[in-house]
Amino acid sequence: MSTKPRTLYEKIWDAHVVDRRDDGTCLIYIDRHLVHEVTSPQAFEALRLAGRTVRRPDLTLAVPDHNLPTTPRVDAAGARVPIADMESAQQLAALEANAPSFGIRYIGATDAAQGIVHVVGPEQGFSLPGTTIVCGDSHTACHGGIGALAFGIGTSEVEHVLATQTLLLQQSKTMEVRVEGTLGFGVSPKDVILHIIGVIGAAGGTGYVIEYTGNVFREMSVEGRLTVSNMSIEGGARAGLVAADDLTFAYLEGRPMAPKGADWDAAVAWWRSLATDPGAVYDKVVTIDAGDIAPSLTWGTSPEDVVAITGAVPDPMSFADPSKQEAAKKSLAYMGLTPGTRMQDVPVDSIFIGSCTNSRIEDLRAAAAVARGRHVAANVRQALVVPGSGLVKRQAEAEGLDRIFIDAGFEWREPGCSMCLAMNPDKVPPGDRCASTSNRNFVGRQGPGARTHLVSPAMAAAAAVTGHLADVRELVGEAA
Amino acid sequence: MTPVRIVEGRAIPLGRKNIDTDVIIPAHYLKTISRVGLGRGAFETIRAEPGNLFDEPQFARAPILIAGDNFGCGSSREHAAWAMLDMGITAVIAPSYSDIFSGNAVKNGIVPVVLPQAAVDRLLEVARDHPITVDLESCTVTTPFQDRFAFEMDPFRRECLLGGLDEVGMTMAQGARIDAYERGAAADRPWLSAA
Repeated sequence: MSTKPRTLYEKIWDAHVVDRRDDGTCLIYIDRHLVHEVTSPQAFEALRLAGRTVRRPDLTLAVPDHNLPTTPRVDAAGARVPIADMESAQQLAALEANAPSFGIRYIGATDAAQGIVHVVGPEQGFSLPGTTIVCGDSHTACHGGIGALAFGIGTSEVEHVLATQTLLLQQSKTMEVRVEGTLGFGVSPKDVILHIIGVIGAAGGTGYVIEYTGNVFREMSVEGRLTVSNMSIEGGARAGLVAADDLTFAYLEGRPMAPKGADWDAAVAWWRSLATDPGAVYDKVVTIDAGDIAPSLTWGTSPEDVVAITGAVPDPMSFADPSKQEAAKKSLAYMGLTPGTRMQDVPVDSIFIGSCTNSRIEDLRAAAAVARGRHVAANVRQALVVPGSGLVKRQAEAEGLDRIFIDAGFEWREPGCSMCLAMNPDKVPPGDRCASTSNRNFVGRQGPGARTHLVSPAMAAAAAVTGHLADVRELVGEAA
Repeated sequence: MTPVRIVEGRAIPLGRKNIDTDVIIPAHYLKTISRVGLGRGAFETIRAEPGNLFDEPQFARAPILIAGDNFGCGSSREHAAWAMLDMGITAVIAPSYSDIFSGNAVKNGIVPVVLPQAAVDRLLEVARDHPITVDLESCTVTTPFQDRFAFEMDPFRRECLLGGLDEVGMTMAQGARIDAYERGAAADRPWLSAA
């Protein structure tokens, strides 16, 4: 192995090369494979047709999340509630049958540990630092928050990993996103990543793996790092990374699938050795001053359309690039917004607190802190809180957060992807405007015709109780 | 996978930037457990726009799509590639792609051609009324008007497309190397299998 200083990404990559072809393509070993119901049925079917098996079922974990309704899954008598949508039911049934028939561990719809795969992985200690993690889901980037090289793959690659536990890949370039300084009051990890995407653009990270460095990430909680890394893909980067440190180890130690005893000690020692070497060179460096980051949100239909909550809807002609002017015009028409309107004057119809980006316990605490003692505004038609997993839900209930939300007029739901992508019955109706803690504001993402503003959990709660996009700093005093 | 060498015919001059995979195929079509039939939902929100290109008869079953930067961004859903294939599209021309989409395209026999914006602009103009040709053998895009744009493609991806190769089968033939890697990793990092 070379003695040249290496980045965290290069060290993880080097440790997973099975074979290097002459053309530079590498066969990379995959340590952990998460599987959900939407992107796996065609892969299992292909294995079956070719008479192939799953090489390492022990390194594979299946969890349904996208299609599951967030209404109760068992009735008073303890029986499973049937899923009304026949196609959803069929897709969920396919995973429920494929997992045991290929010998894969399965956390089913009624299991207390069920949740969104990207919440379940770290929560169970299945996701570990320094591992390669894949899933047929672009938000696999999430697991980079604990220092894993984690990225989304297509269904053909799902099949490839199931059959061989490897992938054929080209090494990515490296980008350092360094955020130094002190985050202002009311600025959350979600605001940090929205701001970063606003700076680098939706394609800024294409071809790169981002490593997030600087004191802001060192001081950020592990859950906050998961939020940041989750949205690396919205900046075009297939993966993000935050080096594992004592906070990461404290977060993972004792989790059900995490190493134990001497294995744990050996693992921690190896994980520490993966930090980027002094003098290692990134292909690109972006530096951001933490003081420049405000509570932020999106105004358009690309996650790069970011503005501070104190700002206004931009004039499409203010963009230098003619194609961006055109895109902004289309976005504003879709979003029903007029240039110059103050963001805080925009009323909302729906609130969604959830998704693999923002559905962990810290997210729910942040939203509950704003909702406590207040009520969802009369003009808000639906306000959903969807915990990321059954375990998050149980923890929130133990802390009384469910009562705070319910008393404030929110609906307290069962875990899943829910209104982030509207594959289950949770949809934003056509033309309605949603303040959402999810990750994509694409046209039709939360339902046909739905208008999405991406925000932090606290900002979603602030929008819920005021009935319009709102600056959370005006609701929660700095001294409080 | 069907080998692909030359894609020739009409090209839909869409041109837009940041076409995400939710636009290529909305989530409500992802409940299928099959790879076929997704063409009916492809580009649904664009098709709903009055006077959109997909409605123009000369672009029906056009084998090529021309787009702007960052084509296929967002979700990893391979359904996007399947939906385009189902529409008859086997080549895309754009200045850049999301990493996941371009991989999914290649695995389904769709050629993701990368050309500079100026070349894409010229092709958008020609494609309104004339066919174009993507030749993966010579790595060129040509028009009936002497235009000839060379493009580059990763050699391994090109080989997979030209040969219609089954990557899973190719990698399974490397079983002994994978066995050796696993033995080494199990010795160095025994906690990996402890999960």
